Amino acid sequence: MPIAYFLVLSSLLFCIGVYGVLARQNAVLILLSIELMLNAVNINLLAFSAHLAEAGVPGQIFALFVIAVAAAEVGVGLAIVILIFRNRQNVDVDEMSLMKW
Amino acid sequence: MNADVVREVFFWGVGAIMVIAALRVVTTQNVVHAALYLVGTLMGAAALYVLLLAEFVAWAQVLIYVGAVVVLMLFGLMLTRAPIGKANYDNSQRPLAAVVAAVLFGVMSWILIDAFSGTELELAGENAPRTQDIGAVIFSSYVWPFEIVSVLLLAALIGAVMIARRDEPEADKEVGS
Amino acid sequence: MNWVIDLIGGPQTVIAIAKVLIVFASLLVLMILVVWAERRILADMQARIGPNRWGPFGLLQTLADGIKLITKEDFRPQLADRWTYAAAPVIAAVASFLAFAVVPFGDEVTIAGHRIDFILSDLNIGLLFFLAAGSIGVYGVALAGWSSGSKYPLLGAVRASAQMISYEIALGLSLIPIVLVSGSLSTKAIVAAQAGSVQNVTFFDGIPVLESISRYFEYVPNWYIWSQWPAFLIFLIAGIAETNRAPFDLPEAESELVAGYMTEYGGAKFLMFFLGEYLHIVTVSAMAVTLFFGGWNGPAPDFLGWVWPLAWFLFKTGLFVYLFVWLRATLPRLRYDRLMWLGWKRLIPASLLWIAVTAVVNIDNAQLSRNWKLGAFGVMFAVVMVWVGKGDPRLRSAVSPQRRLDGTT
Repeated sequence: MPIAYFLVLSSLLFCIGVYGVLARQNAVLILLSIELMLNAVNINLLAFSAHLAEAGVPGQIFALFVIAVAAAEVGVGLAIVILIFRNRQNVDVDEMSLMKW
Repeated sequence: MNADVVREVFFWGVGAIMVIAALRVVTTQNVVHAALYLVGTLMGAAALYVLLLAEFVAWAQVLIYVGAVVVLMLFGLMLTRAPIGKANYDNSQRPLAAVVAAVLFGVMSWILIDAFSGTELELAGENAPRTQDIGAVIFSSYVWPFEIVSVLLLAALIGAVMIARRDEPEADKEVGS
Repeated sequence: MNWVIDLIGGPQTVIAIAKVLIVFASLLVLMILVVWAERRILADMQARIGPNRWGPFGLLQTLADGIKLITKEDFRPQLADRWTYAAAPVIAAVASFLAFAVVPFGDEVTIAGHRIDFILSDLNIGLLFFLAAGSIGVYGVALAGWSSGSKYPLLGAVRASAQMISYEIALGLSLIPIVLVSGSLSTKAIVAAQAGSVQNVTFFDGIPVLESISRYFEYVPNWYIWSQWPAFLIFLIAGIAETNRAPFDLPEAESELVAGYMTEYGGAKFLMFFLGEYLHIVTVSAMAVTLFFGGWNGPAPDFLGWVWPLAWFLFKTGLFVYLFVWLRATLPRLRYDRLMWLGWKRLIPASLLWIAVTAVVNIDNAQLSRNWKLGAFGVMFAVVMVWVGKGDPRLRSAVSPQRRLDGTT
């Protein structure tokens, strides 16, 4: 099976994620788009890990690290979003252009 | 039936579901639906991991991403504002964002196909890494990254608690001491 | 992936489909029995009679209730989110079924030259699958609450998802010591490791009277419960919280949230939630049996062929289901902050500590000398002492009502 299949699929998902980050204004939806991008990276890592059979384990370990980092990112990101919501009753990033209010 | 054909069909089916779900994540006008479509993409990715002989990562993905991260997202959505029905969540940069994403995809896929066309993946799985191997390598060659990730998670945990914590009124503080 | 490819075509496909159908049907029948048993046991504990009209001892009452629910009008609240509202009960029921796929419920049997394992799918990462399936169950609850378009379900859903995520951590951590001692994530291998009886007990060597006791240990089954009882307690508490049963039934607390996330559900959809909850009880019970009580292993293994292990498995699982009902009849519901306190400040640290203890105990003596091990235990003991000594003011006020009356909290 050509490795290019997986690589193109993952780059497509990554670009959809890029579109989401740029086009959305709800902070939680931007976080969702970032998850899409991280996931695209994981597919890439695992495709190469299957390709380099003798070095297959490190690719999987990197994917596990990415999953762990994503979990940490979501934890902190959502905490920030909830704090902003508590102060402004709104999570639109376009309206967060002021550093103080 | 030929195993390669089965894999090919599997890939195209799962890939199509993933792409459609991902497109809906970034275009739907209902936040909870966006999170659910993301679940579709993540499950598809887990299925591809199984295809790529990484069963442990696949189930870790389902457990952590689908079971914890997206549930946390849903939780956040419900705590902020998640109306049933449609609302506008897009900003004015939509056309520009679409152009950027399309150009990026064109460049990336061109480079990737140029570099890796003709490279075949061997997915028969005689030497697929076992969970035991992953454990052994994490705790030998990758101990330092592992420790750094654990410190990162701890920092994120404390950070998240500190950020989201509501300042308690004075009267309540005595209870904790 | 390769097992999927092997499955397409050939007799293994037929066997796999047959197994899934048989197990599905048996679980449904089992559900009817479990619901009936719960109502009868609860009634007995409350000095009532319970369902007794339909069939012998009221056995068919549940079936009648099920038929009633299915034939009811299938309504949908006007504000509900159409597809999510319909999908949530299905997710809840399917997730509970999924978790059963990795439970070994008997020994293998050979029919017409084909070896048939009494397990739906012997994944080599079975425990991870069990946890993953459990975590999908959260979706059923969270989506049901959100999509109903009503405020009590939403509150119930927020409570439920917070509770289930919190206790999932303790549940997952309580499985790690089992993985450490058995060296496998496969449920089948874990059951195999618990076969036979306790061997080589050396505690009492050299002590005159007690030494003679050692030979009776050959009658004690080699279950993990003996060495892993702290992990078992954590697993049991977290498992009950995962199933949203009393005393952790806050998500559906009928006296404060009407019925929590399932307030707006009726008829067949309500039946799905109901089914999911009782299936979840059976799954958690079966998993407790598999991990800590030797699974289908029982005395006289060769007696009656394949029926005997299956009977033992059902018997042990039944005892746990009884425990679930017993707890419901006995314990009052926890307050929400106490629930969170128990999960985060007690169960998670306790399970982490127990992982450390199990890890140190299972290190080869050649790699780590006895003194180092004792030193490690000293540190752990100090941690426990600080932890217990510091306590929690809310716990102290809970155990001493007098102080609460004094207003000192």
